[in-house]
Amino acid sequence: MKWKAIVLPIVVAAALLAVWAGVWATGAFHESAFPSPLAVARGFGEEMRSGRLLNDSITSLFRVVCGFLLAVGVGVPGGLWLGQVLAARLAFLPIINFFRNLSPLAWMPFAILWFGVGDAASIFLIFLSVFFPIVLSTMAAVANIPAVYFRVAEDYGLHGRERLTQVTLPAIMPQVITTLRVTAGLAWLVVVAAEMIAGRDGLGFAVMDSRNGLRTDLLVTAMIAIGLIGIVIDRVLVQLTKIPSVRWGYDR
Amino acid sequence: MNQLVSLQLKNVSRSFGEVDVLRRISLEISRGEFVAVVGPSGCGKTTLLNLLSGYDRPTSGTIESSGRRRMIYQQDGLFPWLTVNENIGLGLRQLHGEREREGAVTDLLRLIRLEGFERHYPHQLSGGMRQRVELARALAGESDILLMDEPFSALDYLTRMQMRRELARILAERPRTVVLVTHDIEEAAQLADRVVVLSERPAQIRDQLRIAAPRPRNLTDDEVVQAIHRILTVLGIEHEPERATEMERTL
Repeated sequence: MKWKAIVLPIVVAAALLAVWAGVWATGAFHESAFPSPLAVARGFGEEMRSGRLLNDSITSLFRVVCGFLLAVGVGVPGGLWLGQVLAARLAFLPIINFFRNLSPLAWMPFAILWFGVGDAASIFLIFLSVFFPIVLSTMAAVANIPAVYFRVAEDYGLHGRERLTQVTLPAIMPQVITTLRVTAGLAWLVVVAAEMIAGRDGLGFAVMDSRNGLRTDLLVTAMIAIGLIGIVIDRVLVQLTKIPSVRWGYDR
Repeated sequence: MNQLVSLQLKNVSRSFGEVDVLRRISLEISRGEFVAVVGPSGCGKTTLLNLLSGYDRPTSGTIESSGRRRMIYQQDGLFPWLTVNENIGLGLRQLHGEREREGAVTDLLRLIRLEGFERHYPHQLSGGMRQRVELARALAGESDILLMDEPFSALDYLTRMQMRRELARILAERPRTVVLVTHDIEEAAQLADRVVVLSERPAQIRDQLRIAAPRPRNLTDDEVVQAIHRILTVLGIEHEPERATEMERTL
């Protein structure tokens, strides 16, 4: 079982690489529109030596972390509030649904007008894209806590702050962690789009810059970096599901 | 209220809007007594328990209680994010001193025969084990009255039978006043000192019978079988023996 999990993905990746090389070898596309694997490997080396790939990756990650943490910091408390207070839910749910269905990319022009080109515009767009799903999911998780937990809390004298930290929060934790994983992926998608238009650096900018310079080898290099970092982000967040006190939410 | 009385209901009625759920129920439960409340489903057994626990208030009549009340719920009431140790520890919150609490938890784990499981989480335990932890949590910290809402109804048949035995054994070691609400008439007959039979809604006390035989009792003991028969007769499910023998003759 174990070796299959390592060997099979390598076989698939190698096959994909072979198809890529095969299509390139037919010469159906012009070299400038379809780089060879070798050209991409050279481009990758070039980007690593100049340090640009690393810088762009760090820049993009920084923006994602900022926008994401900001959204979690506001969204989780917001969701807790909405989940507990019916009037708040009635008041805010329609407007939250409105914004949730509005692509964050539609905010791009305003992002640039308000924050200029740079970190703030991207962080703003990332915040907008993940804030609403986090609020809604936290709210749903709170509303779905079995009533018996609150009865037990009452019986054993857990009130107010203790009830929040020892009952409500642990009860929603598994679902919140799942939401964090999904929205972190979303944030990583959005940062590339944001930087393509509202950035002067970052991996999204690298994609756009390579296109403008007709360097498709560097374009593919940036794409590979984006995909790999996305996997790493999820691998990091999946560690949260291994905390003993949240395992109950997944072992079913 | 007399010192020997744990719970006392006088003419207690409870209605929800137009619906009368309980009507003029009077009941006195002595210290250390095990009372089972049975009745048709939906007759207000859980409402009665909610009144006894103080979670709900009667529409009229009075309820008095003396001592710390603890409820054991139908569904899983253990917190899944806490270990067995921590769940039991919830029942000991009023005890000061880490040492004292640890000692109490160890004693309770021994009592429910789950030594070695202190660091397990509820989802790693079987249904019967979880219900024993629930029991330990309710027993912890000098509780006086246990209110049980169909505590074994989610368990399979054999585990349920074992849990009755466990409960009898545990109560022998840690005597408590118990009110057990159940639709399981065998359970009531096997465990209770007194069985209170409720009528359909609005629930009134239809009959009360005392079962003097000491615990643990076998399901097949004469007293238990007789009690089951009497309860089922009161509920209109079984008929009087004369007719039964008549039927046997015709067969």
